[in-house]
Amino acid sequence: MTNQTIDIPRVTAKNMTEKEFFYGHKACAGCGGSVAVRLALKVLGERTYSALPAGCMAAVGFIFPQMAFVNNSIITTFPGVASMASGIAAGAKALGQKDFKTVCFAGDGGTADIGLQALSGMIDRDDDVLYICYDNEAYMNTGIQKSGLTPYGTQTTTTPAGKNLPGTKTNKKNLFEIIAAHDIKYAATASIGYPQDFINKVNKAKHTKGATFIHVYASCPTGWGTPTHTSIEIAKEAVDCGLIFLAEYENSEFKLNKNPKEFKSVKEYLTKQGRFKHMTDEDIEKVIQHRDYKWERMRRNWSTKK
Amino acid sequence: MDRPIKRDFKRPTHIDDYPVGPQYEAGFLAEKNAGWRTFRPIIDNEKCIYCLICYLVCPDGTIIKNDGEIDVDYDYCKGCGVCAHECPKDAITMVKEEL
Repeated sequence: MTNQTIDIPRVTAKNMTEKEFFYGHKACAGCGGSVAVRLALKVLGERTYSALPAGCMAAVGFIFPQMAFVNNSIITTFPGVASMASGIAAGAKALGQKDFKTVCFAGDGGTADIGLQALSGMIDRDDDVLYICYDNEAYMNTGIQKSGLTPYGTQTTTTPAGKNLPGTKTNKKNLFEIIAAHDIKYAATASIGYPQDFINKVNKAKHTKGATFIHVYASCPTGWGTPTHTSIEIAKEAVDCGLIFLAEYENSEFKLNKNPKEFKSVKEYLTKQGRFKHMTDEDIEKVIQHRDYKWERMRRNWSTKK
Repeated sequence: MDRPIKRDFKRPTHIDDYPVGPQYEAGFLAEKNAGWRTFRPIIDNEKCIYCLICYLVCPDGTIIKNDGEIDVDYDYCKGCGVCAHECPKDAITMVKEEL
C-alpha cells in the first residue's frame, strides 16, 4: 500500500478533461468555493455522484430550472451529507456499477459543526466516498455567521467587533487532526491558491479505495470583504503567512507538504480583508502567537520530508 | 459538447408538464450569466504563453482552450477579473462593458 501513488497518472491543466461539470452556476463573481468544486469534478470525471448539503454550492448550483451540475448530483439534509453519500456508494455498488466515485461538497459549517457526526460515521465504516470540505470560514450562504472554523478576530454577523469584542473569540477547530484521528485512509489540506497541489490531492483520493477527506481553503469575496479579482491571491497568501498549512495524512502518518523557512507578513494578509479591519496590533499578535504555537507542534511531530 | 449551453425553458402550463418528484435534467441551463458583468476580459493571444493558469483558476470555467490560444465564453463569464489578476504575462485586460 505504501507505494500505491506512483502509478497514478498525473492530472494537469494541459491534459485534464475539457468538459465542465459545474457550469453556469449563480455563485458570486470570484467565488473560491466554485473553483474548488469545478476543479475537483474535472479531476473526478463524469462518472461521479455528488452530494451537497445546504450551503453555498447547493444554493447556487440548483436554481430551478438552471441546473449547473452536469454529473449526477443531489441536495441532502444539512447534517446528513456523509450518510447520504454512503448510501449512494452502497446503492451504486448493489446495482453492479463499476468505475464510479461518490463525492461530497460541504462547507465548513456543514462539515465541522453540523455534519461532523455523519462524517465520523462515514469514515468509521470506511465507505468509498471522497469528502471535500471547502472552507470559507463562516456560514456564508445564510449571511456570514460564525462557524467552528472561523478563526480568531473575524467579524461575522453573530460575532460583531466593537469596543468589548474582538470579533470571534475562539480559534479555528483542528478539523484536519480530528479527521486524521479516525485513522482515515487518506486526508489532506489544500488551498485554491495552489490549484495544482489541490488537483494532485483530489487525484490521489480518487485512486484510494475507502473513505478520504480533503479540506480545501476557499476564499469568499462577499463574506471576507475582498475585491473579487484577488480571490486566488488571498488564498495563496493565507498559506504563505502560515495561517493555513498544506499537509497530508496517510499510512497513519502526518506529512507537511509546505514548510516555509520564513512566513510572510500576517498583518498584510489580515488588513487586506474587511472582516479583519478592526483588529488592533494586540489582536494580530495573538493570531501570530497561535500560529507559532501550532507550527512548533507540527514541525516537531509531523514528517517534513518532500 | 464540452460545456452545457443555454436552452429554452418552457414554463409548465399543465400539471402533467411538471417534473415527477424533485429531480430535473442535469446540466440544463435556462439563463445566461452575462448580465452580471461590469468588466469584460480581453485576451491578447500575442502575449499569451499558454500556461493555463487562467484556465485553472476561473471560478466559472469560462476559459476555453483553443489550439494553443485562449478564448472566453462570454455567455457565462461574470467578469470577476481573477484571470487578469493571476496572468503572469498580463495578457488579459479588463475592459468596461458598454451598454
